[in-house]
Formats: sequence, C-alpha cells, structure tokens
Amino acid sequence: MSTPLPPEHPDWLWRDPDPKSSYDAIVVGGGGHGLATAYYLAKNHGITNIAVLEKGWLAGGNMARNTTIIRSNYLWDESSAIYEFALKLWEDLPAELDYDFHFSQRGVLNLAHTLQDVRDSTRRVNANKLNGVDAEWLEPNEVAKVCPIVNVSPDVRYPVLGATFQPRAGIAKHDHVAWALARACDQLGVDLIQNCEVTGFVKDRDRVVAVETTRGRINAGVVGLAAAGHSSVLAEMAGFRLPVQSHPLQALVSELYEPVHPTVVMSNHVHVYVSQAHKGELVMGAGVDSYNGYGQRGSFHVIEHQMAAALELFPIFGRAHLLRTWGGIVDVSPDASPIISATPVENLYVNGGWGTGGFKATPAAGWAMAHTMATGEPHELNRPFALERFATGALINEHGAAAVAH
Amino acid sequence: MLLLTCPWCGPRDETEYHYGGQAHVPYPEDPDALSDEEWAENLFFRDNPAGPFAERWSHTAGCRRWFNVVRDTATYDVLEVYTGAAPAATQPGVAR
Repeated sequence: MSTPLPPEHPDWLWRDPDPKSSYDAIVVGGGGHGLATAYYLAKNHGITNIAVLEKGWLAGGNMARNTTIIRSNYLWDESSAIYEFALKLWEDLPAELDYDFHFSQRGVLNLAHTLQDVRDSTRRVNANKLNGVDAEWLEPNEVAKVCPIVNVSPDVRYPVLGATFQPRAGIAKHDHVAWALARACDQLGVDLIQNCEVTGFVKDRDRVVAVETTRGRINAGVVGLAAAGHSSVLAEMAGFRLPVQSHPLQALVSELYEPVHPTVVMSNHVHVYVSQAHKGELVMGAGVDSYNGYGQRGSFHVIEHQMAAALELFPIFGRAHLLRTWGGIVDVSPDASPIISATPVENLYVNGGWGTGGFKATPAAGWAMAHTMATGEPHELNRPFALERFATGALINEHGAAAVAH
Repeated sequence: MLLLTCPWCGPRDETEYHYGGQAHVPYPEDPDALSDEEWAENLFFRDNPAGPFAERWSHTAGCRRWFNVVRDTATYDVLEVYTGAAPAATQPGVAR
C-alpha cells in the first residue's frame, strides 16, 4: 500500500474577520457541517452574506475528534439516499475544492460474528444493491484477502462468520477537509468568526431576527444550527426541545506504525472500528459512554473494552502502544438518524442528531441544510429527517440496522 | 470512570451500574387522552442540560435497586444521591 505523506501544515487559508452587524444567513457552529452548509449556501444558492459563528476555534469540536470513516452502506432507503449522496460529493470534492484532503477509498468491512449478524448483513447488502450502493457479502476467507491481519480463526470467542464490504468507502484527513471547506467559504465571501459563542436568540414573536453572542448582537435573516452535541443547549435558548441526548464518544490512536491495515474494519458485535491513518496511527473507536455528558471526556473502562475487542480481532496489535485518547460530545436521536429540519421558531433551522456518524455525511448535510435554509423547504434528501417524524411515527430506525456501532 | 455511591451498598465503580436516563418522567395520567404530539413528547423528548441533571441509575452488579443521582453533565460531579419517586429539594430539570 502506498501512503503519500500528508501535505504540509498550510498558511492561513481564511481571514479572521470581526462580525458585521447583520447577515442574510448565520450558521451556528464552525465544524464540518457548519462549513459545508455555508459553502453550499454560497455555491448553490448565491447567498454570500453569511457568517459562521464558532464558539471555539474552527473545526475544533467533533470535526477534530472523529475517526474519519466515510461510507454509505446504511439499511433504510432514506439513509442510504443521503449517505450515498454524500459519498458521491466526497468523490468530487477534492477536485472541486482544489485541495487533496487524502480521501482514500480503501473500503470498509462490517464483520458478522453471529448467525443473526449474517442475516442482517446479507439483508443490508441486498438493500444497498437495490439503492445503487456498492456492497458485497464476503466469506471469512475473502475477508482475509481484503484484510490479512483480521483474525478469521474459528477458535476465538466471537469468530468472524463473514463481512459486508463496501469498496467505495474509506477515510479522509478530517482537518484538511475542514480547511478545504473553510478556504472555499472564505473565497466566496463567507465570514468565519471564531471565539464567538451564541448566548441567546432574539425573536420577533415566533421569528428569529438576531443572535446574541459573546461578540455582540448580530442580526440575521435566517439562522441554522450545526452544533452537534450542543444542539439541545441552543434549542433551549431558542425556546424549544430536541429529542436528542448528548453523550461522550471516545476514540483513540496508537503510536505510528508501518502500513499494516489496508482497509477499514468495523464490528458491532465485539464493538470496535479500526483503520490506519495515512501517517501510520491505528485509529479506533466504539460506542458512546452510557451517561449524558458534555465533558468531552468519558470513562476509561470504555477504552479498555475497545482495546479488548481490537485485540480479539487483530492479535498483531498486541504490542501496539496507545498514544492518545479523547472524547467528543455527540447528540444521539431516538432512531439513530439525523434531524435536518425546520423548528417551532420561524427562520431557525436545525441540523443535528447525527450521533456517532456525522463526519461521513458532512457534504450532504451541508447541501440539504443549505437548501432548507435558502428556500424554507426541505430538500428531498432531508424531507424524511424532519422533527415531525417523532409524532407521526415515521422513524428511520438505524440502531443496529446500519452497521452503526452505538 | 465515575464513582457512584449506591444508597444501599456504598461507593462503587461505574461499571457496576446501569444508566437509566432522566429521572422523574411520569407515565401519562390519562394515556388515552394524549395526542400524537404529546405521545412523542412522552416517548422521545428528554431534558438534555449541560449542567445539573437528575438521572436514574441501577446497581445491576450489586443490590439491583434503582436510585436517583443529581450529576453535573459538564463537570461530571455528583451533587446528590437519593432514593424514591420524589424529586430532591435541589432537583433541577423535573420533567414537565
């Protein structure tokens, strides 16, 4: 496997402006989704008088904390539509943004360890094929060909009975994705405003007209929330509730090693997912900590559990050294599907509820959110992901169904 | 790892417990009278504050009893542990 070095750390790619008194559109949250929303507002809808408000530094939240996996092999039609739309955008974005962010389509294996896993997995492969998503079922010997370091011996606690494989899935350098989007936004005239925390919403009856921030009041024609784990906090400020719970989600990397892991391996059953970054770190994640938390840290037993699972699957990691662990705050919805929706407040829209899987959807979430903010109507991609589904019962239940490790 | 004090067994590691989410969420008094929106609220909407939060824990690896904890979700500090169905005096975020 050839692993080109990542690009050098770039010079400043965007201005650092002070906020103006008024914008046509304000996006709250300067992570991947917020940047993508601003980018497509400008590119697809010609709205360029935009501010992206970030309470910390650009892309310093979950955009800096994810495990960079990109895939679209979800079970339900609504999900595979939006994630496959995202994957197609990912395939074009490096050229479109003129920025090589090392999108590497090295494939993803989702392992099956039980008979039920096998049935669910083959069902998902068939559903994916019907939706035009590349997917195949691999027997254990074929798994070993794709990823020779996976232990496919039958003599382990949870033997690998096979796997689904999506060849077009992969990973990307998350920081470079953010920088690429930020540079493009800046060139289109978007103000990326850091150290600017939203502290309140100014409403005229039921309509939002401005946001209060730590850098003063800013008037807005339309406001979009892209704040991941803090979506509930912002919603409460604006006077409504979201059906999400915020949890810490932890991940970790090893020290740098020679290239040993050619693809991405995920296992719901033993509960870990692993890839190897371009630089050489083994990148691992698993499920959320059980309790609600905004602390960007979790409990160590969750890390131990991940490592045990990784060792079961990859005995070669037995001497690997853990370099660093961290946590992000993810807002988990009841059906493990996102919310890209109008809200009870007029001109205020929300993009959240992505739980553990928001990175892969970054461009599609931005595309759909931009459409929704610009037109006041949902895009076909996000129409099923409105808040109304919790009352109508039209849930899109991807818990477990979508090879999501929760 | 959190260190939680079971009211019956004393301080134990978090791994002995099971999390139960928001405390004091009442079952509807008259379920037949609820609209779809009210059912959605009852089933799917919970408080999610960044700060003190009253939540349920069960000591699954010990006495297997449920109890309530007020915990700060930003600092993870445990502020109060109590039993019973009644909210604590310092109770934030009682379900509406």
